[in-house]
Order: sequence, then structure tokens, then C-alpha cells
Amino acid sequence: MGEFDYSVIFDNIPFLIDGLKVTFLLTILAVIGGMILGTLLALIRIAQIPVLSWIAAAYVNFFRSLPLILVIFWLYFLVPLFLGRPVGSFYSVLIAFVLFEAAYYSEIIRAGISSVRSGQIAAGRAIGLTYPQTMRHIVLPQAFRSMLPVLLTQAIVLFQDTSLVYVVGLKDFLVSAELIANRDQRLVEMFVFVAIVYFIFCFAGSLYARHLQRKLAT
Amino acid sequence: MISIQKASKWYGDFQVLNECSTSVSTGEVVVVCGPSGSGKSTLIKCVNGLESIDQGEIIVDGDIVDAKKTNLNTLRSKIGMVFQSFELFPHMSAIDNVILGQVKVLKRTEEEAQIRAIELMNQVGLFEHSSKFPAQLSGGQQQRVAIARALAMDPIALLFDEPTSALDPEMINDVLDVMVDLAQEGMTMMVVTHEMGFAQKVAHRVVFMDEGRIVEDAPTDQFFNAPGSDRARLFLSKILTH
Amino acid sequence: MNYNWNWGILFRDPYLGWLVDGLFWTISLSLCAWVIAFSLGSLLGIMRTSSSRVLRLLGTVYVELFRNVPLLVQLFLWYFVFPELLPDDAGRWVKREMPMPALSTAILAIGLYTASRVCEQVRSGIEAVGVGQQNAGKAIGMTEPQVYKHVLLPNAFRIIIPPLTSEFLTIFKNSSLALTIGVVELTAMTRQIEEYTFQGFEAFTAATVIYSVVTFTVMFLMRIVERRVRVPGMIPVS
Repeated sequence: MGEFDYSVIFDNIPFLIDGLKVTFLLTILAVIGGMILGTLLALIRIAQIPVLSWIAAAYVNFFRSLPLILVIFWLYFLVPLFLGRPVGSFYSVLIAFVLFEAAYYSEIIRAGISSVRSGQIAAGRAIGLTYPQTMRHIVLPQAFRSMLPVLLTQAIVLFQDTSLVYVVGLKDFLVSAELIANRDQRLVEMFVFVAIVYFIFCFAGSLYARHLQRKLAT
Repeated sequence: MISIQKASKWYGDFQVLNECSTSVSTGEVVVVCGPSGSGKSTLIKCVNGLESIDQGEIIVDGDIVDAKKTNLNTLRSKIGMVFQSFELFPHMSAIDNVILGQVKVLKRTEEEAQIRAIELMNQVGLFEHSSKFPAQLSGGQQQRVAIARALAMDPIALLFDEPTSALDPEMINDVLDVMVDLAQEGMTMMVVTHEMGFAQKVAHRVVFMDEGRIVEDAPTDQFFNAPGSDRARLFLSKILTH
Repeated sequence: MNYNWNWGILFRDPYLGWLVDGLFWTISLSLCAWVIAFSLGSLLGIMRTSSSRVLRLLGTVYVELFRNVPLLVQLFLWYFVFPELLPDDAGRWVKREMPMPALSTAILAIGLYTASRVCEQVRSGIEAVGVGQQNAGKAIGMTEPQVYKHVLLPNAFRIIIPPLTSEFLTIFKNSSLALTIGVVELTAMTRQIEEYTFQGFEAFTAATVIYSVVTFTVMFLMRIVERRVRVPGMIPVS
């Protein structure tokens, strides 16, 4: 190999930033979607509604047994088939992430809800709140506060997982970098750069999660 | 046997031990008491180096505990310790708990260790429970196995860190009986405890600690009949009223 | 929706053979990577809880480095970048002459990555066993290695069987990433079947069923193992 050539990075900054935007957009949308669906699944499981609770549990265990790449392939194949016309890979990938991450978020949220003492539900009901009201105003706010560090950690995992859109060629950060790397024959520089960028975001995020953890502990 | 000279220790800004000095000679039984948070558990853990001191010196059987050249493992194998929460090894039967140190540290053969362990399980009155796991024994029984485990190393002295504090009241005496027997056989003992009856019965001296200092260090009779400090008097009046 | 079903395709030559081959490579890759992840991860977990400041620091640096870069990027680093950084001969050997370069690289990358996760499980297991047990071991004169061998590790490994099981299953699922560097494991094989036959539904269903069945079987078996080695009074961490 030749000397380490920084110029390949600097010359392509705008292109790389566009990729990074896709990565972040996908992460944020998937976190929001995954958390909404995950909370729903968790509440259904905890409410112990016959059949529905069982379906929610099956959903969670099923998705947790599958590789994310397979789920991405599934949706990449299914979404156009259902719509009857080709759509951009972004939407099928986003749906894949929401469905997949919901299973993991649901487990985190379920654990968080169970960590709120059962006396709190009794206390909510005792002042006349309905079960959904008790959940919404008493249990969930406490649960989410205690879950914050774990939710953030899961968001960092998701951020890393979005790199798997590589398999359908969606132009996220990694794919953009790879395109340049192959075009300019600068694989070493680009992949090292990509690793450093991911590391900085994830490390900073995990430091903040740990800070939250400590703050909650005191 | 054990000599503590001006031992001081800090946790950050907080001073847990403040120039503590006392000693335990061969065959002596010394009880250390005081309110919770007074530093007595920390002090006893410094004697076998489970905690380190920042200033001063602790000498055990001629070795300076915190000196670099002292082999702490050898020193600890000579000084037995019994913990408040027993700390039996949960994955081994009671008798295997008593055997482990003999084989791994003292390098005795399995047979020798087994014979000694059976002897000790008898001594603490638990031979028939030998093959049970710790979780299948009551707290009092676990603590007696823990004493047997310490004795298996043929220690020259024993340290007790609140050995009865975690026990239900009806089990305390079983453990104290074993300790009284040991004291009467002439075992050198340093005992952190609130059991003043035990102190009156077998202790030669009582050391009273408060806020990291040794406030009083007196022969047992003198400590109970004419405590020299107000704080000791207050402590005794609180603990002896019932 | 307009789709021609043909489940029979899965049992026809050569597609059935492809699925079997894919599963074989997925399992082989997972087991080999697990050997690396488990042994290195345990060693790192011990380092991170040891009394040596240097060992603790080394363990921490490893975990932070490997946990904060996406596995796919790590895989590319090992496959595309690492050989370039070696001296010419060694680099050429890694790229071409090494037996099954893509598979070996995937095993290495997934193993090293998962070691950082196993390390954290081992560490939390050792911490759950507690300082009290450590002190009790030291108090009878055992050296630090002896305390680990006879007290901390036997208890720690018992309580972390469930999380270690899920780490193994993580490897099993992550093995699919190897397809990006050309290892034709199970997911790659089903993708290939889709491309050859346009029967994507059937192909992906086959992979889905196989992954689920293997996962639930492993979980079931490990629950039996866990019950076998459990000692009275021990509560496994979930």
C-alpha cells in the first residue's frame, strides 16, 4: 500500500455527510417507530389479555430469533410485492428496522414496567384511575425514567445495526464510503475513517448513557 | 501476636480509622465494640490485609501487614476469619468448604484434609450435615461451618467480624457456644461484636471505638463496671437496657 | 398481490442441497467464532475484575474499542484493511493463500467482536458473586488465581448461563453478516435461491424456520444444562 492519503476523505466530505444523514435519519425514525410498537407489545403482554398477550410474546420471541439481515431481505422482497410497484429501499428497510427493533424495545420496556413497584398500580387504582390511566400517568413515566440509560444503549446498538442496509445497497454512511473507496482504490483510508466516525458517536453515546445511569443511581 | 500502631485510613475525604492503636497477645480474647459506622469492621479487615491502611503499622506474627515483602496469602492462611454473612462457597457442600483451603493452600492430601474436616464438623456439631450445600443450612449452621473452615487452616489466631449480627435470635447461642469453647481452649481471638454477654464471659479486654477512634481499651471488668469515657457509658447504657 | 406459489422448489435439486450447505456453514462459523468469543471474553472478564490496574485498563480499552464500532465495519477492516497493513508476503498470504480466507476472517471478526460482549457478561457474573466471597477466599490464604478458579468463576459461570446462551445466539444470528464478504452461509443461500428461482417467499420462509428452530432448540437445551449444574440457593441472572 502507499502512504495514508487523507485527501480522499476531505475531497468527498459532502458526499459522506449525505450518507451520514441517511444513517441518522434511519436511526431516529427506527428508534421512534420501534419504541412505539415496542411499548404497545409490552403493555399487551403485561395486561395479560388472553390470545393477544400470547401473540405479542410470540412476536417478540420470533423476531429475536432471526438475523436482522434476513428481516431486511424479507421486507425488501415483500414491500414492493404488496404495493405492486417498486419503492425506494429506504422505506422497506425502515419497516424492517421498526418491526425488528420493536421486539428488543418491548423486552426493555417490559422489564422497566415490572421494575415499578406493584404498590404504585394499586395506589393509582385506589384514587380512582382506570387501568390505562394508571399506566399512562403513574407507571410509564416512572418506568421510562429508570429505563432511559438502557433505551439509549439500545439506540446506539440500532445506530450500529443500520450499517446492515449495506446488503440492499441503501446509500447510508458505510455504503457512501465504500463507493468512494472502490472508485478511488482507497479502501484502507475510507474504512479506517468510517470506523473512527462510528466509534466517536457510539463511544460518546455510551459515556452519556453511563452518566445517566449514575445520575439515576444517586 | 497482633499489634496495631497508629493505624489510619481514609475513604476519599472521609477518615474511617484515626490513629488506632491496640494489640492482641497470644491466648488473649479481645472484643471490639462500638456504634455502627465506628470503623470496627474496617479495623479488623486491616489485620489480615483485606483492607489496607494509609498510615501507621499493623504487625501480625512478626510481619508488617502492609509491607511489600510480606506474603499476604501466607499470613492469611495463619489467621482465620469469620464473616458477618458467613460467605460459605455456595457451589460446594459444607465439608468441601472445610476441605478446600487445606488442599489448595496448605497442600494437604485429600485424605488428610477429609479426616481433619470430619473432626471439625463434629466439633461444631454438624457432622450429619456435611454433605449439604450452604443454602440448605440455617444461618447458625452456616456460621458454624464457616468457623470450621477457618479452624481447618490451624490458625494461630481468629478474627470474627460481627459473626452473629446476621442471625435470627434463636441461632445466636449455637454460634456463641462454639466461640466460647474456642476461647476457653486458649485460642487467640479478636472479635467485633455487640454480644456483651459473650464479652463479659470470655473477653480479656474490650476495645471501644467511635468515629474511627479507639476511645477506650480496658480489661473487661473495668470496661463494664467503670467505663472511662462518657461515650462508652452511653453506648453501654443503650445496649444493656434490655 | 400476484405471486406463483411453489413450495416444492425447496425440496428440489439443487436447492435443498444449498439450504443444507448453508446451514452447515452457518453452524460451523458460529461454533468456531464462539470458541474465540468465549475464551477471550472470559479472559477479558477476569482482567476487568482483577486487582491489577494495568490488566483492568487493557480489558476496558478492548471492550470500548470493539463494542463501539459496528460489526460489519469490523468485518471489512479485517477483510480489506488488515492484509494491507501487513508486510507484503504476509498480506498476500492472508488474502489469497490462507485456507478459506473469507470464512476465516468472518470467524475472527465475529469472535473478537463477541468477546467484548462475553467479557461484560463474565464481569457482571463475577461482580454478582461478590466481594464477600472474594474476601472469604483470600482469608483462607488462597492466591488471586486460586480465588478465581475455585470460588469466583465456578459461581459466576453458573449464574450467567442464560446471558451467555443469548450471546451464542447473537453469534448465530450475526454469522449472516459473513455473506457481505462472500461466505455462502444460510442467508446467502436463500438469497441465491430467490435470485435463481424468483421464489423469494419460499426461500426466506425456509431460512426463517431454520433460524427459529435452531434458536429455540439451543435455548431449550441450555435450560436443561442450567438446571443440571444449578446448586441450591443460586438465582441465575436473566
